Amino acid sequence: MTDPIVSAMVFYALAAFTLVAAGFVALSGNIVHSAFALFATLFGVAGLYAYLSADLLAVVQMLVYVGGISVLVLFAVMLTSGLDGPLTSNPTFRLGGGIVLMLAVAAAAFVAATAVPSGVESAAVPTTAAIGDALLGAYVLPFEVVSVVLLAALVGAVTLARGYKGGHR
Amino acid sequence: MESQTLPYIALGITVAFSVGIAMVILVLNRLLGPHRMNAEKGAPFECGSDPVDSPGKRVNVRFYVVAIFFVVFDIEAVFLFPWAVLYRELLATPAFGMLALAEVVVFLGILAMGLWYVWGKGALDWAFDAPASRRNHG
Amino acid sequence: MTIGLPQYLVVSGVLLALGLFAIVTRKNAVAILMGVELVLNAGLLNLVAFSRFGGGLDGQVFALFGIVLAAAEAVVALAIVLQVFRARRSVDASKACELKE
Repeated sequence: MTDPIVSAMVFYALAAFTLVAAGFVALSGNIVHSAFALFATLFGVAGLYAYLSADLLAVVQMLVYVGGISVLVLFAVMLTSGLDGPLTSNPTFRLGGGIVLMLAVAAAAFVAATAVPSGVESAAVPTTAAIGDALLGAYVLPFEVVSVVLLAALVGAVTLARGYKGGHR
Repeated sequence: MESQTLPYIALGITVAFSVGIAMVILVLNRLLGPHRMNAEKGAPFECGSDPVDSPGKRVNVRFYVVAIFFVVFDIEAVFLFPWAVLYRELLATPAFGMLALAEVVVFLGILAMGLWYVWGKGALDWAFDAPASRRNHG
Repeated sequence: MTIGLPQYLVVSGVLLALGLFAIVTRKNAVAILMGVELVLNAGLLNLVAFSRFGGGLDGQVFALFGIVLAAAEAVVALAIVLQVFRARRSVDASKACELKE
């Protein structure tokens, strides 16, 4: 590997970017800001995948999440609220319970994370061909079922969105 | 270790230098340039038509339907990447090659049924929701 | 200073906590879905991290399927949100509690 200090700095920068953006998603009072922060969060997670040398997953994250789902979320925001409509979800709604839950989960995750052994880092090798091998071999049934799931999602979503008459021309 | 750190330092200097130059130019521009704003200057100049409406209105649902198609067929493409990387290698054994081809043809075939369905529904036409909205609202 | 499994688990734990916070406190259904996406990403990050630190490639394959299922979920869920919005001109999840109009 490269210099451990530089390497660690890159990791912490990526993690900080991801978590700050995720904080904006969870805490921002403006849903459009939340949507764009979600964009940044997914981008940061793609960076973490790349850092984990999961190259295919990083690309898939960029293509599907950053390029697809966040655009979908942004469209849904614009379809349902409009950019200058009432944007905020009520931030006081069950706020105390939310804070308690968040802190409890974060503390539990921290305790659990410090309890696991550091693990042995496997060698950084390209994963695309190996994942392809798994998809065509051991995971061939899930691979085919994915297309059925996508077909169902496509048909369902188009049927749901079809009768919709929203917005203006 | 030093020889491994050196490229990062060089990269850092390059990034800092280019960002710094850009910042200096922007700041100098703001500080030294005259600012006499008028409506004529504020209008989009030769690079777009005048805005006809507020951007804050709700967009049309057709964009959402197009986004659905994009996501679904995006995922289809994603699953073809590992297959395509592996395929040349598998062709060395004809039986494996045919099997891999058959597997991916089944995958694409099922999704082609989805394409056929939305095509038949007219969802690919830009004005597809007009009859449906007439049915639901009048 | 070396980055091991615990660091990734902390990041994904905080991501999970923030996602849960969004799910619990938001009223807007689209914002709740954003929280769900955060939680899903926390889980997928865990899978990939465990796969990297001694787990073999299965975790990554699973994460790939997870991303696809998240996409399918988002497509259908947002279409449902649009229909709810169409029916009652609101995306307030706490008000959409009747099955019949």
